[in-house]
Amino acid sequence: MSGARLGPWIVVGLAALYFVLPLIATFEFSLSMLRGTWSFEAYRVVFADPAFRQTFGFSVLAALATIVLGALLVVPTAYWVRLRFPRLRALIEFVTLLPLVIPAIVLVFGYLRLYNSSSWLPFTGSAWGTNLLLVFGYVVLSLPYMYRAVDTGMGAIDIRTLTEAAESLGAKRRTILFQVILPNVRAAVLSGAFLSFAIVIGDFVIASLLNRPAFGPYLALIGQNRAYEPAALAVVAFAATWGCMGLLQLLGGRAPGSAAAPLRVRRKAIP
Amino acid sequence: MSFLDISGVSKSFGGNTVVRGFDLAVRRGEFISFLGPSGCGKTTMLRMVAGFEQPSAGRIVIDGEDVTHRPPNARRIGMVFQAYALFPNMSVGDNVAFGLKVAGRPAAERAKRVDEMLGLIKLAHLKDRYPYQLSGGQQQRVALARALAPSPRVLLLDEPLSALDAKIRVSLRTEIRALQRELGITTIFVTHDQEEALSISDRIVVMSEGRIEQCGTPHEIYNRPRTRFVAGFVGTLSLVEAEAEGAGSTVTVAGQPVTLAEPVAGSGRRPVTLAFRPEALKLDAGEGRINAIRGTVEAAEFLGSVVRLRVATPGGTLLADVFNSPAAPPPAPGETVVLHFAPGDVFALDGEGAAPAQAIAAE
Ligand SMILES: Nc1ncnc2c1ncn2[C@@H]1O[C@H](COP(=O)(O)OP(=O)(O)OP(=O)(O)O)[C@@H](O)[C@H]1O
Ligand SMILES: [Mg+2]
Repeated sequence: MSGARLGPWIVVGLAALYFVLPLIATFEFSLSMLRGTWSFEAYRVVFADPAFRQTFGFSVLAALATIVLGALLVVPTAYWVRLRFPRLRALIEFVTLLPLVIPAIVLVFGYLRLYNSSSWLPFTGSAWGTNLLLVFGYVVLSLPYMYRAVDTGMGAIDIRTLTEAAESLGAKRRTILFQVILPNVRAAVLSGAFLSFAIVIGDFVIASLLNRPAFGPYLALIGQNRAYEPAALAVVAFAATWGCMGLLQLLGGRAPGSAAAPLRVRRKAIP
Repeated sequence: MSFLDISGVSKSFGGNTVVRGFDLAVRRGEFISFLGPSGCGKTTMLRMVAGFEQPSAGRIVIDGEDVTHRPPNARRIGMVFQAYALFPNMSVGDNVAFGLKVAGRPAAERAKRVDEMLGLIKLAHLKDRYPYQLSGGQQQRVALARALAPSPRVLLLDEPLSALDAKIRVSLRTEIRALQRELGITTIFVTHDQEEALSISDRIVVMSEGRIEQCGTPHEIYNRPRTRFVAGFVGTLSLVEAEAEGAGSTVTVAGQPVTLAEPVAGSGRRPVTLAFRPEALKLDAGEGRINAIRGTVEAAEFLGSVVRLRVATPGGTLLADVFNSPAAPPPAPGETVVLHFAPGDVFALDGEGAAPAQAIAAE
């Protein structure tokens, strides 16, 4: 082929290397715990550690709670703003982007000041309350991704006309939101969920400052004390995140009126 | 008593009044069209009946119940949108069942009604398909079935055919009308296509700038337009300058006398504009066609069953539709022809540029 064709491929290849190389290196390192041979010894050690299972399970639960709470907060908000207050869209978008600008550590310190055990709302007074606070923090962290995804998803369907169609058929707000709007932005919610999941699994700052037994602090602890296991953990966490999301996609995509429908509409032009 | 009563309804957005003093009484089972140019307020008026917009003034009464301030989901109306607006996540059957489900009808009754409705629109075999698997025409029929399934009191359609191609547009409008007759449902149909409105309505409401210009049967609207606007908007009209003198019903077009059915308003020597429908002008005299205007054929456009002639006359260019006949070819460009018409086939519009858009309809 000609050189003009080759240029773009080189760029793409370099970019791929930039992302893939560290992963491959980490994976390769995680296999070399036993001297002179490749083995899954590091993985055996990791899986045998009950703390791994506990912390990872905790983080997965926190991630699911974050996704549900985030979706319940973001979908109605994005819907309402688009339908009734289109002029507020820019403002809401700016607010949802704040977590990208304000470091998580500032957020946690704010939480600790506001909700400590001697405050008017002592969230940190109990493990249960602290867990709740943790999930709230995660919802805030994932807000930029969740809101953008859902808002874009709503832009792709004509929510105003769908709402009016449902209203003319006698439906009330809640029915419209849960039976008409939500199912049609499922794909968008899922892509927001994917990023939320990754954020929660990878979080260190909030969990460690709130002193919760999450995966991030565990990974940091192992990283300080061991050589090969952290690499194995990173690979496991990476695979598990993708695995969980695949599962979500599968479950989410199975419901009637698959989320892929709008895409197919565009591809298929029926006379 | 009328079934749907719109009285004194006005609507302003900010300082911009888009519907003014709208009065309309619709009988039960009647098919009404709102016809008018883009931006004249048809959709806004329809949306006020649906409840999506609140009137700034006036009342809307359906079947004796004042619904002016009721929300759309409590009005028991059915609405069909230009963009179909089927729920993409639901199958055809579920779309049609939606209104019944919301109303809390039992599953067995829902299933029966869905089958019945899909039978009416002849799409029973597509019950399990999703909207993205249907053509535009099929989607709009499903939307119609969905709107009709919960037995609404009034059916509202906002340009339901304008997203479809010409052939389906014509067949679907016939189908909508047949279905409407069969169910006897009171219907308001919004369109800016005059042919559509003329072909399917019991009565047409012609609107301009938020006002009703004229309300009447298609025959009345077409043959006795009450205002200059209606005369120009509905059907094709060609205008010729003429001169009136004195109080009679005779005017002159470039020296040739023309007799009208009614005396021309005003007095003294004054210009008048004569308006003709293309089908009123014939190439032969007879049947009371006592008027004649001589002109030169500029073009002959073959339209199938009729040939449309452009004839240049001293007063202006006239369009004349003459029937196609296999035995006689149409006049060729350059030929001189005489156009004949009866006094009742021409209407005089008052002097050019007259401020009020008033016209006198010919009897
Ligand atoms: N929500 C709104 N806010 C402000 N102005 C509006 C609103 N809805 C409609 N209008 C204005 O009201 C006027 C009438 O609009 P409407 O949609 O009723 O016209 P229409 O007769 O249906 O035209 P078309 O044939 O193009 O659909 C337009 O000038 C439009 O700009
Ligand atoms: Mg409109």
